[in-house]
Amino acid sequence: MDHEHFAVSPDWKWYILLYFFLAGIAGGAYVIGALLRLAGGAGRDRAAERLAFLVAFPVVLICPILLTLDLGSPGRFWHMLINTTPGQGGVNFVSRSPMSVGVWALSLFALVSFVTFVATLSEVRGGRGAAVRLMAGAGGSLVVLAGALLGLFVASYTGVLLSVSNQAVWSDTWTLGGLFLASGMSAAAVVVAQFARRRAGAGTERRLAEADGWFAVVELLFVVLFFITLGAAGTAGTVLGHGWALLWVVVGLGLLVSLLGLARRGMAGAMAVVTPVLVVLGVFALRAVIIFSPQ
Amino acid sequence: MSVTISAGTAYGFFTDTSICIGCKACEVACKEWNQLPGNPPHFLGDSFDNTGQLDAMNWRHVQFRETTSAQGGPAWLMMSDVCKHCNEASCMDVCPTGAIIRTEYDTVFIQQDVCNGCRNCISACPFGVIGFSGDTGTVHKCTLCYDRLQAGMQPACAQACPTQSIQFGPLVELHARADMRLVALQSQGHDPILYGRDDNVYGGLGAFFLLMDKPESYGLPSTASAVRPERNNAPGYLGALLGSVLAVLGGLIAFRRRNETEAQ
Repeated sequence: MDHEHFAVSPDWKWYILLYFFLAGIAGGAYVIGALLRLAGGAGRDRAAERLAFLVAFPVVLICPILLTLDLGSPGRFWHMLINTTPGQGGVNFVSRSPMSVGVWALSLFALVSFVTFVATLSEVRGGRGAAVRLMAGAGGSLVVLAGALLGLFVASYTGVLLSVSNQAVWSDTWTLGGLFLASGMSAAAVVVAQFARRRAGAGTERRLAEADGWFAVVELLFVVLFFITLGAAGTAGTVLGHGWALLWVVVGLGLLVSLLGLARRGMAGAMAVVTPVLVVLGVFALRAVIIFSPQ
Repeated sequence: MSVTISAGTAYGFFTDTSICIGCKACEVACKEWNQLPGNPPHFLGDSFDNTGQLDAMNWRHVQFRETTSAQGGPAWLMMSDVCKHCNEASCMDVCPTGAIIRTEYDTVFIQQDVCNGCRNCISACPFGVIGFSGDTGTVHKCTLCYDRLQAGMQPACAQACPTQSIQFGPLVELHARADMRLVALQSQGHDPILYGRDDNVYGGLGAFFLLMDKPESYGLPSTASAVRPERNNAPGYLGALLGSVLAVLGGLIAFRRRNETEAQ
């Protein structure tokens, strides 16, 4: 529905852009690791699986730092989690506020990805500690499944957070969650593939390229839906005018190379150096144009 | 006008724009009482308005909107804008810290010692009322003079208004006054509207207006556009769920067990 907007800009800039970008990669990397563990061939993609888990935690560690730096009062970051209203106390969880739900999901995701990270690192070094034993069995699969669900949420809720507002563009579409998720997973796939190049076989690299291609298909679908919903709301011009179209060209190039990778499935070198750079730039540009253009 | 103020009663503003003369006494009184800094002097260039907008240091804003009268000549629409203290407040819906509360006077108040400056409320407020202050690291807006109410005093702006364009009182009384004023203006051949008097705009506004033109002319969303951010929670999460299912499906297709060897 076409709504006239009179809201003013929250002035969310580079810290938020970087956070949205890294949250997509962290969540996406963990989900890729989980898919490789739970669905991949037994041990076939073990190196890539480990790398995905090893990427997720350090990246998610940067996220709260960016969020805190963006606050007007960084020392009060914990007010997101604890109710500091005089006479109240207890935890703060506001289910109707995606920012509140997201902070909790990010905290839990950081915890689960930390456990996975420690166990994976220990395993790589030949350790046989409690974390390794926990992650080796069915309990480990449950931890990974929980982490994957949290990863999907962390990679996507940022889009919902924008939509739950009265800003032009953001509140005119329901597609941002799915769009951020698919693009984040696409970026994560090429990042994991780059780390895996020297440690995993050509088959793993090929499968990651194919996965990136499928994520790009989903992203493309959501880009189309995004423009359809904005067209209906009469705000498509906001994300295309004033030179923003140039960023959409970057988005398009990133999508194109991912889709070409899918079409060339089976060819070695599908994730050569130029491809991941274009994919990552495209994912970054997508978030930049969506965050900045309405503001 | 003397008002007895007691906790548990809903208070608010009725702003009658038909008698606003644009003197800005409300702006001055607000700044004086709340010790808000003045704007750096600059020329906005498009009207007598030199305040520009509501923000962290302007909790009242007298709008001067040039328009055309029914006879075709120039005409002014003037309105002292302020936080609407919505019954269904978008800012409260999205605030993650619980800093925005409803007071015992049914007004919307930002607790400065709780707010952490995330600015989510700014993106949600449909009226562009809330502003961020780099000095305090928090967001600010009209408090409906919460401190004055607690001391039994009416808000500074309403007390200073020389034409009683801004009236303060119990909402029930203000509604009755507004209804009478509407009828009086209609009998004189005008076609005013009461904006936010009923619950069709954010469940009713604690600060409601008598407007001489359509809401959009004053920079206010129409009834159809007055929508809450939380309307997008369910469709937004469903979109994310759809994306998750499709992406996981794509990953499963790519990583599925196949009869292939690493040599391929």
